[in-house]
Amino acid sequence: MAYSEKVIDHYSNPRNVGTLDPSDPSVGTGLVGAPECGDVMRLQLRINEETGVIEDAKFKTFGCGSAIASSSLATEMIKGMSVDKAFEIKNTVIVKELNLPPVKIHCSVLAEDAIKAAIADYRTKQEALHKQTV
Amino acid sequence: MVKLPIYLDNNATTQMDPRVFEAMRPYFMESFGNAASRNHPFGWKAEEAVDWARETIARSIGADEKEIVFTSGATESDNLAIKGVAEMYASKGDHIITLTTEHKAVLDTCKALERKGLKVTYLPVVTEGFVDLDRLRDAITDKTVLVTMMHANNEIGVIQDLTSIGQICREKGVLFHTDSTQSVGKIPFDVQKLNVDLASISGHKIYGPKGVGALYVRKKSPRVKLTSQMDGGGHERGMRSGTLNVPGIVGLAKALEICVAEMDTETARVRAMRDGMWKSFNAQLDEIYINGPDPLVKPEWRLPGNLNVSFAFVEGEAMMMGIQDVAVSSGSACTSASLEPSYVLKALGVGEDLAHTSIRFGIGRFNTQEEIDYTVQHVVTAVLKLREMSPLYEMAKMGIDLKTVEWASH
Repeated sequence: MAYSEKVIDHYSNPRNVGTLDPSDPSVGTGLVGAPECGDVMRLQLRINEETGVIEDAKFKTFGCGSAIASSSLATEMIKGMSVDKAFEIKNTVIVKELNLPPVKIHCSVLAEDAIKAAIADYRTKQEALHKQTV
Repeated sequence: MVKLPIYLDNNATTQMDPRVFEAMRPYFMESFGNAASRNHPFGWKAEEAVDWARETIARSIGADEKEIVFTSGATESDNLAIKGVAEMYASKGDHIITLTTEHKAVLDTCKALERKGLKVTYLPVVTEGFVDLDRLRDAITDKTVLVTMMHANNEIGVIQDLTSIGQICREKGVLFHTDSTQSVGKIPFDVQKLNVDLASISGHKIYGPKGVGALYVRKKSPRVKLTSQMDGGGHERGMRSGTLNVPGIVGLAKALEICVAEMDTETARVRAMRDGMWKSFNAQLDEIYINGPDPLVKPEWRLPGNLNVSFAFVEGEAMMMGIQDVAVSSGSACTSASLEPSYVLKALGVGEDLAHTSIRFGIGRFNTQEEIDYTVQHVVTAVLKLREMSPLYEMAKMGIDLKTVEWASH
């Protein structure tokens, strides 16, 4: 199977590989997938608590080239986006952008799930924080 | 400078040896006759070539030339052996025993027979992929007509103790077939010493042509009879109809002749490259695991050119993308049509997480040390880079037991 140029580009030069401090209240972490399934994505966002804008995004992915490219692209897309807008991102955008074949669509679904999981984690943390301060 | 891409997938298929090609060449256009044409020189020439091939193959495996049936390849040989015995001996019994780690050509043939009402026992293997001889002995019943077990495994290279398996089958009066596709021509193979009654052989795994194979069918003590699976002109003593593929048959015989003549030197050379590769990986990487017998501990029980390694925390397809100039294969789900990780590794007790990280290297006749060095260097670089990107590697290094994490499976 031949990979699209964009998948090869993201695989060879992945954007935003790294780790943010998961205990930081402004950081949301999403860990999706399972080692038994052959792909695990961890997506982390640092969100400006005042503006609700995603200021930084990092990922680490265990998975095939398309999974790596999907998460790399996801971090690139959501940087500078509002949390609410990022929550609306659909996997089909990733499929289109990376030209993923049907067998690789689950990689894009995983990236969408990772974004949502990271935002959910951030929101849970923020709620807990506000409850404490009330 | 090493020539790219590098072919390291010799358990899948092999490049044809130029000497084989030369042997085949006259039988395409000059000597194109039908080996079954008994009454003119065109036919005689073809028949002569087939006779030579039959003798050569028989001699190479300790058989008689009347015990060789030519087929289109090992898949057909497996089908003919298993279905042929099951049908021929249907009045004697309806039970077959095989292994969970067999090639699909055997497993799916057995499944087809199950659909027709036969009973099949799929014996599990023990660590490293070996047959448990006691379990085999216990599994044989008075309804068992055939035991079919591969000689060397295509994925993990483990070599079964056919002599002992065959001995058990003899004692119990059960026929014994082996899929010897990966072993014939690579390691010593003698039907007498190994106690086998039927053996499948392939051309393209031994630097010969694709589309040709053979089935060894024992003629005496015991005499094995088969129900043919291909009806027609009654070729191959009625066991396999169809005009003989003369160039292919000549190629198969020539390939095997070369393999046997050069086995000692080739085994030493290929094994040294394989062992060196395994040592280099170990020297440069942590968290890597051999699948099948350790080549440095049990070299006699592993195919000389086969190495199957799980590079933990690095998914196999991503790895193959990282070493694009090197052709290998992986047990990862992403590389299979079924999206399931390798059933062979699963049967071995390798966790699915590690199965996804497995890479099979198949070193063969035409590989050079230079190519091995290039491969090792690029594999190590890819593994380090991908682990840097792997959340699992980071978690493992932090001391998190990945087995205790609740994964959000999809």
